[in-house]
Amino acid sequence: MPLDPGYAPDRPQDIRVDLRLIAEMVEANARVLDVGCGDGELLAELTRAKGVDGRGIELSMAGVHACVSRGLSVVQGDADTDLRDYPDQAFDYVILSQTLQATRAPKEVLANLVRIGRRAIVSFPNFGHWRVRLALLLQGRMPKTSHLSYEWWETPNIHFCTITDFVVLCRDMDIEIEQSVILPRGGRVRRMKPGWQANWLGEQAVFLLKKRRG
Amino acid sequence: MPLDSGAVIGPFTVAYQTYGTLNSDRSNAVLVCHALTGDQFVAESHPITGKPGWWSLVVGPGRVIDTDRYYVICANVLGGCMGTTGPKDIDPATGRPFGVRFPVITIGDMVRAQKLLIDHLGIEKLLCVIGGSMGGMQVLEWAVRYPERLHAAVPIAAAARHSAQNIAFHEVGRQAIMADPDWRGGDYYAAGVRPTRGLSVARMAAHITYLSEAALHRKFGRNLQDRQALSYGFDADFQVESYLRHQGITFVDRFDANSYLYITRAMDYFDLARDHGGALANAFRGTPVRFCIVSFSSDWLFPTAESRAIVHALNAVAGNVSFVEIESDKGHDAFLLDEPEFHRVLHGFLDGLSGRVGVRRS
Repeated sequence: MPLDPGYAPDRPQDIRVDLRLIAEMVEANARVLDVGCGDGELLAELTRAKGVDGRGIELSMAGVHACVSRGLSVVQGDADTDLRDYPDQAFDYVILSQTLQATRAPKEVLANLVRIGRRAIVSFPNFGHWRVRLALLLQGRMPKTSHLSYEWWETPNIHFCTITDFVVLCRDMDIEIEQSVILPRGGRVRRMKPGWQANWLGEQAVFLLKKRRG
Repeated sequence: MPLDSGAVIGPFTVAYQTYGTLNSDRSNAVLVCHALTGDQFVAESHPITGKPGWWSLVVGPGRVIDTDRYYVICANVLGGCMGTTGPKDIDPATGRPFGVRFPVITIGDMVRAQKLLIDHLGIEKLLCVIGGSMGGMQVLEWAVRYPERLHAAVPIAAAARHSAQNIAFHEVGRQAIMADPDWRGGDYYAAGVRPTRGLSVARMAAHITYLSEAALHRKFGRNLQDRQALSYGFDADFQVESYLRHQGITFVDRFDANSYLYITRAMDYFDLARDHGGALANAFRGTPVRFCIVSFSSDWLFPTAESRAIVHALNAVAGNVSFVEIESDKGHDAFLLDEPEFHRVLHGFLDGLSGRVGVRRS
């Protein structure tokens, strides 16, 4: 599910950066499952640039139609309910881009990602970003940003978290963070440890994850 | 040819039509599988009714299944009545029409007969096998039985098994035929009669299942047929009655009642999971076939849940599958009708497939 309704080509530049970062993490010719693949922008790019064997799951019919019409293998489905069908380690990478916060059970979804994929790549908007904190502190209202523009009563984003929250959850679930990339507001991409500084500065974060297998 | 029932059939005839030209490396062949009452006349006017081919909206020059690009094959199913051997043909053992002495056939038998045709045409690997409803069942059977003989499978408005409700509707149709005195235990051919009333009722009942409540309401509502007031009798007062009667009457001109019995039975028997230890996923394990599964939101005969069950089974074996539910209020028949979104999706899938396979122009 995208942060913005519809699949306008003029998606915010920072989301495109987010997809590019994900693409950089994926090895060539890998088997990839993109969960919440939208109109297939990332899958198409991965297929073109990295020669991946790509599949997708997308909730919105408009997105699925767009994907299949451009020759991508995508099924209409829901990250919350349809991931459990997939066998263990069926893919090299399972990608969840800007979708975690819209799932009903993010922890279960995350568990499925690292089960189905040898690695998982997860990106999400950071609710610990200073502007979000400031908005709540000063205005006393639910924060809205350029790419989180929904009102509280209409937002599909029902499970926001901060970078620190996410790191804690990974630790609890025995998930290793192999790479983390922070995208500050309008700034340069920073490869930094997901600590307090990242939690203040990162508007978005991208993580490369792996389940510790005993 | 051995049949699933244990009986053997042969020699037998397969009637088929082709459209377009097979290219030099024989990579552009698309096999279209027809539905219960369909036939091989996909994209040309029907020899009996004179009506346009049943899928002429989809198959033809410049259409989604572009006959300038693909070599399209469609064969009348085994047990049918448009040229392929069926119950109205002469049993060589007796010199009389088979009637109900024709062996019971299955979707698997239909596909085995089609495979012999594909062998005969010298096609090593089909680009795609595609079909709706019972055609979709054949597509699934193809993918499971001969996975190395096709690149892609496109089952539309189909299911991996026939539901209890669908078997029930078929039984109503069969009973209507067999209750017609002109059916004569299936041996009506020599008597020069046909169970037209029974077959017509079977068609009327079935036709309702191909539509949706919304489509019927939009088309007919409670409108009266050629009259201003109710007749207080049992004439076709309502347009919907008149329409159904017309569907029934015109159907009997082009279809054999015994074929209807045999083909509905074949659909009833279809259950891919049963043939694979009860788990549908087993049927698809390790499949190299790319699937594109399509359902329609208002189809209550082959509802989206049936397509989703196939998707889940394919996901469970990490199969390559696309799945789209098309929003439509036209019911099961939507796959035959003008549904631009469906046609766009299909075009995109075939185009992507041709690119991947490297189909050359014919």
